[in-house]
Amino acid sequence: MSDGLIIDQLKKNQILDLLKEGKRVDGRQFDEPRKLTIDIGVIPKAEGSARARLGDTEVVAGVKVQPERPFPDTGDKGMLICTAEILPIAHPSAETGPPQPPVVELARVTDRGIRESGMLDMKQLVLEKDKSVIGVFCDNAVTDHDGNLFDACSYASTAAINACKIPKYEMQDEKPVKIEGEFTEPPITTLPVSVTMAKIGGFIVVDPTIEEWGIMDARITITSNSDGNVVALQKGGSDGFTQEELIKCAELSVKVGSKIREIIKQSK
Amino acid sequence: MGGRDTDIVLLDENGIRCDGRKVNETRKVTIKAGVLKNANGSAYIEFGDNKILVGVYGPRDVHPKHMSDTDTGILRCRYHMAPFSVGERKNPAPSRREVEISKVIKEALEPAVMLKEFPRTAVDVYMEVLQADGGTRCAALTGASVALADAGIPMRDLVAGCAAGKAADAVILDVNNEEDQAGQADLPIGYMPNLKKITLLQLDGVLTPEEYKQCIEIGIDGCNQVYEIQKKALQDKFFGSGEKQ
Repeated sequence: MSDGLIIDQLKKNQILDLLKEGKRVDGRQFDEPRKLTIDIGVIPKAEGSARARLGDTEVVAGVKVQPERPFPDTGDKGMLICTAEILPIAHPSAETGPPQPPVVELARVTDRGIRESGMLDMKQLVLEKDKSVIGVFCDNAVTDHDGNLFDACSYASTAAINACKIPKYEMQDEKPVKIEGEFTEPPITTLPVSVTMAKIGGFIVVDPTIEEWGIMDARITITSNSDGNVVALQKGGSDGFTQEELIKCAELSVKVGSKIREIIKQSK
Repeated sequence: MGGRDTDIVLLDENGIRCDGRKVNETRKVTIKAGVLKNANGSAYIEFGDNKILVGVYGPRDVHPKHMSDTDTGILRCRYHMAPFSVGERKNPAPSRREVEISKVIKEALEPAVMLKEFPRTAVDVYMEVLQADGGTRCAALTGASVALADAGIPMRDLVAGCAAGKAADAVILDVNNEEDQAGQADLPIGYMPNLKKITLLQLDGVLTPEEYKQCIEIGIDGCNQVYEIQKKALQDKFFGSGEKQ
């Protein structure tokens, strides 16, 4: 879906020729992401929400919070699930129906970035051990597709969860009951931010547009946390990376990610 | 991964892991090429307690037809776990995890397979996990590239798989199931040893930049060890010990 868009040979040659001169089609530096704007609270009925616009890629993330029965092996932790879908309004190539592998990958990479960073202290989201815990569901809807959905979903999710309010629940007769009008802050420990890089003809560029995405040889998405550590990673595409390239990519993602993190912080 | 609480000692005071290995040691890997009669190529791999059977069909006609490409052959991969392969029965329908792993393995093999040699055809790689014990994607990838070579499909290199990770604050090679569940990070690697390219890379868990570098380094080292076993499996099949197929 998001892969394999047909770009004519001319466009490919143009992109490659420009890269050889150190330029990109839209005039950005190789390590420069597109302009990111984040609006918080766009969906008042959701406990947290954010609209992230990365260049012309747009994602709306909504957080719903509700009590859940915990999984049998994690009764002492809350629940966190992130999903992502590409709406048919987002691009002519987007289709309705069951998600194809690229969309499944998008959802799982988005989830992994948030989950593995330990963004939320899940131990604080327990109402009664093994009986009832708070579930945080962050669903991403891609509304406009101009490439690099991984990062747009990452930023929207992190911003929406960071800004969400957790409704207060009390256990009454072994059942969680919502106390209307009372909220607590989410137990945020870190702000995960992913940075996706495309490898095109041996060059590595940050935040590829849909045109660059269509012709890239391989890509890598690296998520870092507030401490500058790497928390999740996903390689994709039909080529490989050398060891040196991978180390360079990790450094780039931490550097670029720290600037993005400031934008997410200020959005709250 | 999630740092789940268990009673297992992942690393004792002598630097020995829960299954008796040292930090930089892989599990025992055995591979046998050409184990299936009908498949064009096949391999059986045991990677510690993982048991995986891989069958390759093709190059053959593409069905459904619209998937075929006039410029190149296509590679299709299915990673699948048998319901009895894990502790609690797994639903046999493909899960989202299996869909994703199939995709990353496909993308890890593509750089190695010379698909342009046979346009309008498909090569199908079926990986069946019969028993799983952590690190199945690396083991399946390792077996798949032996099965592709066994099928006689032109390749630029083999792809060897091995994970690195972090458990009990130490960087370790070849993460097993316990270490995956209770450890701090898992970084599976797929590597083409001759072209020196990493074609599969994922991570979940927290690593400092320094640990990340170390993990890649020992992971590549593990892949090189696995590569020797892959080569031996192919040598045994084609120039082997006089054993008739």
